[in-house]
Amino acid sequence: MLSRVANALYWMNRYLERAENTARIIESQLHMLLDLPSMRKDPNAWKPLVDITGDAKYFTENIGDYTRENVIFFHTFDNKYPHSITSCLTAARENARSVREIIPSEMWEKINNLYLGIAEPGADEEAGRSPHKFYYDIKMSCHLIIGIAYSTMAHGEAWHFSQLGRYLERADKTSRILDVKYFIILPRVDYVGSSLDNVQWTALLKSTSSLEMYRKRFNLISSNNIVDFLIFDRVFPRSVLYCINHAEQSLSKIYGASDELSSSSSLYRLMGKLKGKVNYSHIDEVMDIGLHQFLDGIQYDLNTVGEEIHENFFALKKVSDSSSIGAQVQ
Amino acid sequence: MNFENYDPENFFDEFFLKPGTPRPEVERLIKRINSFPKSEMTNRRKSANAAFKQMGITFSVYGDNKGLEKIFPFDIVPRIISAKDWSLIERGVKQRVFALNQFINDIYNDQKILNDGVIPKELIFSSVAFRKECVGLKPPKDIWCHVSGIDLVRDKDGEFYVLEDNLRCPSGVSYVLGNRRVMKQTLPVIFEALPIRPVDDYSGRLANTLRNLIPDSIVKPNIAILTPGIYNSAYFEHSFLAQQMGEELVEGQDLVVQDGYVYMRTTKGFERVHAIYRRIDDEYLDPTVFNSDSLLGVPGIMKSYREGKVALANAPGAGIADDKAIYSFVPKIIKYYTGEEPVLRNVPTYVCENEKEKQHVIENIENFVVKTTHGSGGYGMLIGPSSTRKEQREMVDNIRREPRNYIGQPVIQLSRVPVMVKDHFEGRHVDLRPYVLYGEDIYVLPGGLTRVALKKGSLVVNSSQGGGSKDTWVMADDGI
Repeated sequence: MLSRVANALYWMNRYLERAENTARIIESQLHMLLDLPSMRKDPNAWKPLVDITGDAKYFTENIGDYTRENVIFFHTFDNKYPHSITSCLTAARENARSVREIIPSEMWEKINNLYLGIAEPGADEEAGRSPHKFYYDIKMSCHLIIGIAYSTMAHGEAWHFSQLGRYLERADKTSRILDVKYFIILPRVDYVGSSLDNVQWTALLKSTSSLEMYRKRFNLISSNNIVDFLIFDRVFPRSVLYCINHAEQSLSKIYGASDELSSSSSLYRLMGKLKGKVNYSHIDEVMDIGLHQFLDGIQYDLNTVGEEIHENFFALKKVSDSSSIGAQVQ
Repeated sequence: MNFENYDPENFFDEFFLKPGTPRPEVERLIKRINSFPKSEMTNRRKSANAAFKQMGITFSVYGDNKGLEKIFPFDIVPRIISAKDWSLIERGVKQRVFALNQFINDIYNDQKILNDGVIPKELIFSSVAFRKECVGLKPPKDIWCHVSGIDLVRDKDGEFYVLEDNLRCPSGVSYVLGNRRVMKQTLPVIFEALPIRPVDDYSGRLANTLRNLIPDSIVKPNIAILTPGIYNSAYFEHSFLAQQMGEELVEGQDLVVQDGYVYMRTTKGFERVHAIYRRIDDEYLDPTVFNSDSLLGVPGIMKSYREGKVALANAPGAGIADDKAIYSFVPKIIKYYTGEEPVLRNVPTYVCENEKEKQHVIENIENFVVKTTHGSGGYGMLIGPSSTRKEQREMVDNIRREPRNYIGQPVIQLSRVPVMVKDHFEGRHVDLRPYVLYGEDIYVLPGGLTRVALKKGSLVVNSSQGGGSKDTWVMADDGI
């Protein structure tokens, strides 16, 4: 498929995944605060939502205090901030528009609709009036888009580029949420086992859409188990391990049967190393190394893989060797 | 909402012979609409608009914010064409496209028509649409205009006239298909009651038209639509057609010429492209041959085309036949190449290049429509009766300065079709663009784009000038 198209599909899915994650994080925060009257008065209650992004500097310089309104604006409607939901959906829609001929019509329509819902005048008022519904709707639209793609798009190359983008983004987001939230919640040893503690851990699980699935596996809330679940669960589709395994599978499908191409590719080797690292680590080792160090390493590797994907498939190449062209024509 | 008080006034009305007396082919539709509950049509219009928005059926407006997309205004009252009228249109349009293709082929090769003195040579060689780079070219199967859109209007007397020929990159067919899709979900009950000819197989026929240009020896040919990109006003159409045909939509940056062949850049390396439906104008197609500043095109593609290593539709140079000064000679062209009388007449046209005709246009400018010979989209035109003195003076100056660039036509009172205005129906002027494919044979899509001037009294139907569109229903038979 065209490099430009593969690029657009990859990024369309990354942006959608990013928007969905942001919506989910805000939604779970709103829920949590309803359960914690004391925290509602805390001027820093919304700060962790900015810390997660790694863009706290931008926030203090351009937005101001960590009020609920400010944080919600920053994450949702700030079109100067490239990772706000508005910016992500605008970019996702622009990418979708450039590959409309490739994706199912229903999928384009849903993406277009989702974008219109947030870009039209009055959307911010709507979000202020009924925020729960607003973020819930964004999340559900994103699920619907994934569902449409899953059941109406051929699971060929276009699909696998989409999956690659989605799973890499999701692995990154899960690791970031875990990384930041863990350190915000953990230091308060006096809370351990208290209802406040439980509410916060529960919120972490909710913001990764994993509470119910977690309950089925571990039942009781415990920080170690939560970390274990979000990094190492083999069958939960938002765990880091699951995402990396699936990204790797899509990558091999993209390479197809061409063993020569895949074994010689540095991208393939990078991906394999990352997969190995996550597949063969254990929660106890992670805690020994330090959770933050471990997650930082994963995020670094994910970035490197992303850059290598760009080099391999998307970057404009010169026609250097006409004999290699001849080989492709056959 | 009903037609009880609808007044066709002193125009040719496509719906009514006189107040209260509908044309036979429209009678059933009118009955049905009249029987709807009061707010029914308004509700259906709302749902149609929502569907257009959701589906993203849009066009971009130049000069507005970059990339601003608008919905092409749409009126849910369809335009109906009887089987009898359609059969005349179909014959006339086929005859015209056949003759125009002969003409283009002749102009770039033997130039018999010029040597026989039927058309003045200067008129051809002074046209900006004449491409000397194409002289001597032999496109596959001698076809130059694979896709054309012929604009037709109906005058007061009800006769169809050809207003202009569009042989470069005529757009709008995606709205024909999109309008139909929305109309089917908006007014299904009416569809069930009328024998409306379907338009859905256009994309398949377009694909076949392109495949017809590729030698049979190529087992798995690649076809692509070449678009200037997402900021082009017709981008929606390009992507829609690519999607419906299941072929690649490419931009210039995706293509590269090597060893004379055209390749596209894919994730697995370079892959050959055999036929291209290009939606980029000649000037931007190949910077090594035409406009060297253009980043839209593909360097070297003309050489590849010349050597028969890639097929292009429409062929570069085909625009010579839709220069509006040459348009005035089309009846002669038809006669010359087919020996037949034209089935469809031209609107009387005065070519300002001709001294006598120029004087006539200048002296009667307030009664004339003046157009540039190579313009499109309704830009730079003057409608005499609705223009100011100042505009007329400016136009006269323009004509005197560059007579070759202008033609004049007497104002035609375009026929009217009812549109929904608030809570009632009013007549508005329309034109019609049928789409023609020239492949193994010539095919006319039974339908076409009906453009409608939404402003009261206006004769300008172009989307860029605030016009809208209607679904066009060609009846399968006149069994009413």
